[in-house]
Amino acid sequence: MTALGKLLRTTAFKLTLVYLLIFILFAASLLGYLALNTRRLITEQITSTIESEIKTLTEQYEQGGLRRLFFAVQIRSRRPGSSLYLVTTPNGEGLAGNISALEPGVLDHPGWRETSYRRLEAPGAAEGTEHRALVEVVQLGGFHVLVGRDLEERERLYGIISNAGRWSFALVVVLGLVGGFFVSRRVLSRIDAMTGTAQVIMAGDLAGRLPVAGSGDELDRLADAVNAMLDRIVALMHGLSEVSDNIAHDLKTPLTRLRNRCEQALRGSTGEADYRAALEYTIEESDELIRTFDALLMIARAESGHARDDMTEFDAAEIARDVGELYEPLAEEKGLALKVDAATAAPVRGNRELVSQALANLVDNAIKYAAPGKLNGQPAEIMVKTGREGERITLSVEDRGPGIPEADRGRVVERFVRLEQSRSEPGSGLGLSLASAVARLHGGELKLEDNHPGLKSTIALPRAGPVGTG
Amino acid sequence: MRLLIIEDDRDATEYLVKAFREVGHVADQAGDGAEGLALALEGQYDVLIIDRMLPKRDGLSIIAALRAQSVETPVLILSALGQVDDRVKGLHAGGDDYLAKPYAFSELLARVEALTRRRGSRGEETVYRVSDLELNRLSHEVTRAGQELQLQPREFRLLEYLMRHAGQVVTRTMLLENVWDYHFDPQTNVIDVHISRLRSKIDKGFAQPLLHTVRGAGYMIRDGVR
Repeated sequence: MTALGKLLRTTAFKLTLVYLLIFILFAASLLGYLALNTRRLITEQITSTIESEIKTLTEQYEQGGLRRLFFAVQIRSRRPGSSLYLVTTPNGEGLAGNISALEPGVLDHPGWRETSYRRLEAPGAAEGTEHRALVEVVQLGGFHVLVGRDLEERERLYGIISNAGRWSFALVVVLGLVGGFFVSRRVLSRIDAMTGTAQVIMAGDLAGRLPVAGSGDELDRLADAVNAMLDRIVALMHGLSEVSDNIAHDLKTPLTRLRNRCEQALRGSTGEADYRAALEYTIEESDELIRTFDALLMIARAESGHARDDMTEFDAAEIARDVGELYEPLAEEKGLALKVDAATAAPVRGNRELVSQALANLVDNAIKYAAPGKLNGQPAEIMVKTGREGERITLSVEDRGPGIPEADRGRVVERFVRLEQSRSEPGSGLGLSLASAVARLHGGELKLEDNHPGLKSTIALPRAGPVGTG
Repeated sequence: MRLLIIEDDRDATEYLVKAFREVGHVADQAGDGAEGLALALEGQYDVLIIDRMLPKRDGLSIIAALRAQSVETPVLILSALGQVDDRVKGLHAGGDDYLAKPYAFSELLARVEALTRRRGSRGEETVYRVSDLELNRLSHEVTRAGQELQLQPREFRLLEYLMRHAGQVVTRTMLLENVWDYHFDPQTNVIDVHISRLRSKIDKGFAQPLLHTVRGAGYMIRDGVR
């Protein structure tokens, strides 16, 4: 497509054409109305002048016969700017007046008509040019009497208006086309820039961003939205590659261990007991792998937003009580007192199972990392609480353990990240990732804070409308 | 017990048939959905084990066809899709239990045995009895040798589930699903602690222990003299 062709196809140019057409139609009807009315008004004036002159001449004739009529006509003919007069015999011979020529047959029929004529000029002057006139013919005693007015003035005025119409039409068309051309070219150049960037991005350079002119117009808003989308895509892609790296590492490590163990059993085992031990180890290790795999799938599902389908309204306080009840014996066995403070209803809309699991992960962490041996004299206590922060419902787990250093709090949420001091504990490093993914799925967040001392981990979820306490 | 396994993975089926034979059950097999449905309709089976994704006819539609013909044989659905909503879909289609792959054979066996018992009269009994342990489902009273035991509501439900399946292995996942209604893996084995609490209430001070740990599988309540 040629550059011009592209320009003519733009929405801006097409809109310009439409507006141009509308404007021209409007201007034409306005001018036309003006012209017609002016013309009608002038014609009416002329008609009434002629009628009054004919009335006067008729009176003159009635008072003084032909002589008086001739006399009046002759006097009137000589006045500057006079009307047109002609008196002829019934045969058509001119007797008096200021007309030298007429269209033939004008005098034969009394009444109104338009005709061309020549004015009788003073002797010696060049013959007058042909003009149009509006005339009325009457018969007085067998003679034809014609009175008329030149129409030049009317025609000139009409000409001025129609000229104005033509010129403004031309001007409007030219200005409109030029304006449309420039507007379209401006829009087109910005669209071309955007398209260019989009092609660069499609070619694989995700760092490209659409140009923003800064005027805040609709194209800027579009560019901003597209840029934000690109940012999100880049973040997702980044996350994805990080995840695949992590998965590769954290799944391959146990797989390697598993393989080594089998090889070792094949090579070095001497009896059934050895084989049995190796096989038991294999099953244990593969169960661990399956567990990691399940957790990864669960996180992926929460992050992709699939689980939005089965969201219901439920009471987060009930979840806190249930999860607390599930873990309380385990905590007690480890020498920790697990207390639940969730008396008031905390309505939330979401996936009950996922929220339960997220909270269970937080409690599980607290039991693991805030065991009595790690407390430095703090009370061996874990609190599971529900609360309200504005329009959010919070589910929090507070422990008195060593906590997480502030610098590491952002990092521990990532998949497979385990701090050095926690390497000795069993676990996949996915618990907090899942809790965070679940919180985000519900439009909330996972917050890790200092409990002075200890860790306070909170899942904040948007509050739903009130539900029954049952 | 006679079982029908409808599963298109030959190796897996061979393994299951062999494993079930070892514990004394007879298992037939079908490799695709159409054959499976035909066998299920004519045969007298105690439990059907149906894979969700099958050639010719998928697992859920087999279940729907069976239920439409008033065949009420208990069905256990096997699936690689382990998510909660898939489970719900499976159970909604008329399945009686759902097990995600990969699974341990002991888990499958425990669930299959639980399904056969489900059809028995035990579900309607008011009082469950194992040896001298009695659980009244209406009055919520639990006694051992005539002596009343104080149980928390959850402990009561745990014991009720174990006693309904008395003499059968009950796995940790089955307990988590049926007593707590959770379908996720709580990482640390919380169930064991609940069991040992319950055990201390019902077995402590009695010569005959009733609540047994089945190594590598789960738990079982039974009369020691058997």
